[in-house]
Amino acid sequence: MTVTRGNVDHSTSRPRKPLLPGGLGLAALGMAASAGANTSNGYNLPTGVTDLARDMYGLHMEVFWICVGIAVVVFGAMIFALVKFRHSQGAVADTSMLHSTKVEIIWTIIPVLILVVMAIPAADLILKQEDTRNSELSIRVTGYQWKWEYAYMDAAEGVDFFSTLARDSNFARQLNSGIDPNSVPNYLLEVDHPLVIPSGTKVRLLLTSQDVIHAWWVPDFGAKRAAIPGFVNELWFKVDPGKEGIYRGQCAALCGRDHGFMPIVVDVRTPDDFKKWVGEQKAAIKQAALPTPAGAPASAPAAPPPTAQALPN
Amino acid sequence: MANPLANNAAHSHDAHDHEHHDQPATGIKRWIFATNHKDIGTMYLVFSLIMFFIGGGMAMLIRAELFKPGLQLMDPVFFNQMTTNHALIMIFGAVMPAFVGLANWMIPMQIGAPDMALPRMNNFSFWLLPFAFTLLLSTHFVPGGMAAAGWTLYPPLSLQTGDAFPMLIFAIHMMGASSIMGAINVIVTIMNMRAPGMNLLKMPLFAWSWLITAYLLIAVMPVLAGAVTMLLTDHFFKTSFFNAAGGGDPVMFEHIFWFFGHPEVYIMILPAFGIISEILPTFARKPLFGATSMIYAIASIAFLSFIVWGHHMFADGMPVAAQLFYMMSTMLIAVPTGVKVFNWTATLWRGSLTFEPPMLFALSFLFLFTIGGFSGVMLAIVPVDFQYNQTYFVVAHFHYVLVPGAIFAIMGAVYYWIPKWTGHMYNMTLAKWHFWLSTIFVNVLFFPQHFLGLAGMPRRIPDYAVQFTDWNMVSSIGGFCFGASQILFAIVVIQCIRGGKKASALVWDDARPHGLEWTLPSPAPYHSFTTAPEVK
Repeated sequence: MTVTRGNVDHSTSRPRKPLLPGGLGLAALGMAASAGANTSNGYNLPTGVTDLARDMYGLHMEVFWICVGIAVVVFGAMIFALVKFRHSQGAVADTSMLHSTKVEIIWTIIPVLILVVMAIPAADLILKQEDTRNSELSIRVTGYQWKWEYAYMDAAEGVDFFSTLARDSNFARQLNSGIDPNSVPNYLLEVDHPLVIPSGTKVRLLLTSQDVIHAWWVPDFGAKRAAIPGFVNELWFKVDPGKEGIYRGQCAALCGRDHGFMPIVVDVRTPDDFKKWVGEQKAAIKQAALPTPAGAPASAPAAPPPTAQALPN
Repeated sequence: MANPLANNAAHSHDAHDHEHHDQPATGIKRWIFATNHKDIGTMYLVFSLIMFFIGGGMAMLIRAELFKPGLQLMDPVFFNQMTTNHALIMIFGAVMPAFVGLANWMIPMQIGAPDMALPRMNNFSFWLLPFAFTLLLSTHFVPGGMAAAGWTLYPPLSLQTGDAFPMLIFAIHMMGASSIMGAINVIVTIMNMRAPGMNLLKMPLFAWSWLITAYLLIAVMPVLAGAVTMLLTDHFFKTSFFNAAGGGDPVMFEHIFWFFGHPEVYIMILPAFGIISEILPTFARKPLFGATSMIYAIASIAFLSFIVWGHHMFADGMPVAAQLFYMMSTMLIAVPTGVKVFNWTATLWRGSLTFEPPMLFALSFLFLFTIGGFSGVMLAIVPVDFQYNQTYFVVAHFHYVLVPGAIFAIMGAVYYWIPKWTGHMYNMTLAKWHFWLSTIFVNVLFFPQHFLGLAGMPRRIPDYAVQFTDWNMVSSIGGFCFGASQILFAIVVIQCIRGGKKASALVWDDARPHGLEWTLPSPAPYHSFTTAPEVK
């Protein structure tokens, strides 16, 4: 996926930017995203590769611009007052108007209307997010201190493995390791066995935990939900066909010492490639089940997934 | 109008009989056995400043570790201990005691009372705090070290805490008891000791904001006490309130915690609203616009604070109806908050503004708290909150409302009233330096954290992927400079206590200070109003 170019830029797509991007210019700088790129421009939400993430981004920008509009009016009035009504410029306080029911009603009603404008599309999107019906592939995701387990259901039933921080990141992240994080490809955002899913397919995750509360989050999918012991949470996403590639996220709930070190990597493939991958995994499991003296544990695929990054291990 | 100085003189005849009534006791006894509202207020404020520097030191360590990717300074456990205790100390040790200290100093003076209603309880509620925080800080030395599960103490993670666990819970109980007693004192004082003629709607906004805050405290501190006690029994007595394996429910803790936690957030901002409503009219030289609707706005915010707690938990899984309810109730908070911001702006409108240090802090509050309000509205939008939740966007949001919000209001209040307390003016130039450095660097510190959060950096992580390096460096530099600037505050305050130009009774002579506290001489007499003033 990613070609390492020297030791400056290892994030999947983000070019290193100068320190100061034009202040408030949060507007979408539609990055020409290469396949599998992180679709955030480094200071705004990712535009995403799923319907949900795009809707989230759109609503985010809508609310953002409404806030900017309000800010222009309110801060404008404040700044005008600060410039215009200065004692040093001879301003004399006009104490005649100390309250005005009319004005106060107006600036109560207008915010209510603005909030309604925001709430309607938000309510729509909530309904869409919560609709996990008709999913085509379900995967049980279990959080552990500090790794993820992915157990496939439906057509890939039986495929079940753990996903932990890649070894080179793990070496580099030790206290005073002496390894420059910039020299490690996808520092802290690489795992040994990524979650593999097909594009164009409604994937449903069933999230739970074996110890403390974790949260599974891939920003480009607009997918975040807590993994809680004793509960099963659901979320769904459907990656656009043509957006196959590697997507990355992190645990998003404080879960102890290595909370910062249990990333999530999702390898999105075409449905055909996915089918092939499932076949390989099933074959590997069968292989491992044969009576060999040192069989690999059933919970991990015997062979590393073919897409595993070229890691130095 | 009573002349308190004359009162003091009249009493000095029988000073040897009633010494403890008129004059402070000498030496350490003055503080240990303090029952005077000013002495206790001073102790609260000094305690708060010490905690502010301890909690701030922890923040400096956090920003130092996050200066660049890779772990350079500390183990991840220590990092988590710092984030957890930074929050606990700043919330319970710095912000809340500072407001109680201001309440102690100002409420009797503002309502025309000689002292707080319950002076011995006042003493007790202060003296619990040093013990509570000594206990909390001493957990650094027990096996397992300090608590590291976040100030929200979510189980099951918090149940993994080492020997610090029962100490932390006992400390929280002491802080809670202290807060409840402080709140009772405020309510009893306001309800019983107002000067004749001062009906509730004539009461100054600061006293009003504290009256409402006090009710919030009494309502929610017992809830926190209950939650942490259930944690304690889960840990030591085999109960399963929050243990899924025993039939319990870890999410129930979150509900109980945030039923406390959200009103707690307003406990830290409502008195700030009161302070801003005192400072702006003075330096705009015109009365507060819509004073009555300001009171209603505070009361509505207080009411809403009880029905919005679910917005902290959207990502934990919630029925659609609950998501809709918490989203809409949370958005509603923007309405009374907006009324407040608009009324403050209208107070400036056609005023005659000068820019003394308290006014500068109040104006900074007005702008920066509003930015925190905008990000608050964004966070209320449930379907997008999934992207913001548990990221640096949230960190930026609540630091905007708590640092240039609550803390700037506290500093503005100190700069506003300290000449009344000490009888000295302070070094205005140094105070303005403190203001400008704080305002500039608080933005350098926290504004980039919006970008970090949106770009996908989770909060509470000791190390991060390299694409987050730039903004973290900017934020850390802002943090170090902001932290260093606060030393100026301590210098100004200490200088002002030790001496300085004599302050007049009005203090802000050419502005328009309004209220009973300005009818007292500076420094205010030991017993504020021994004869109740008449309020027209």
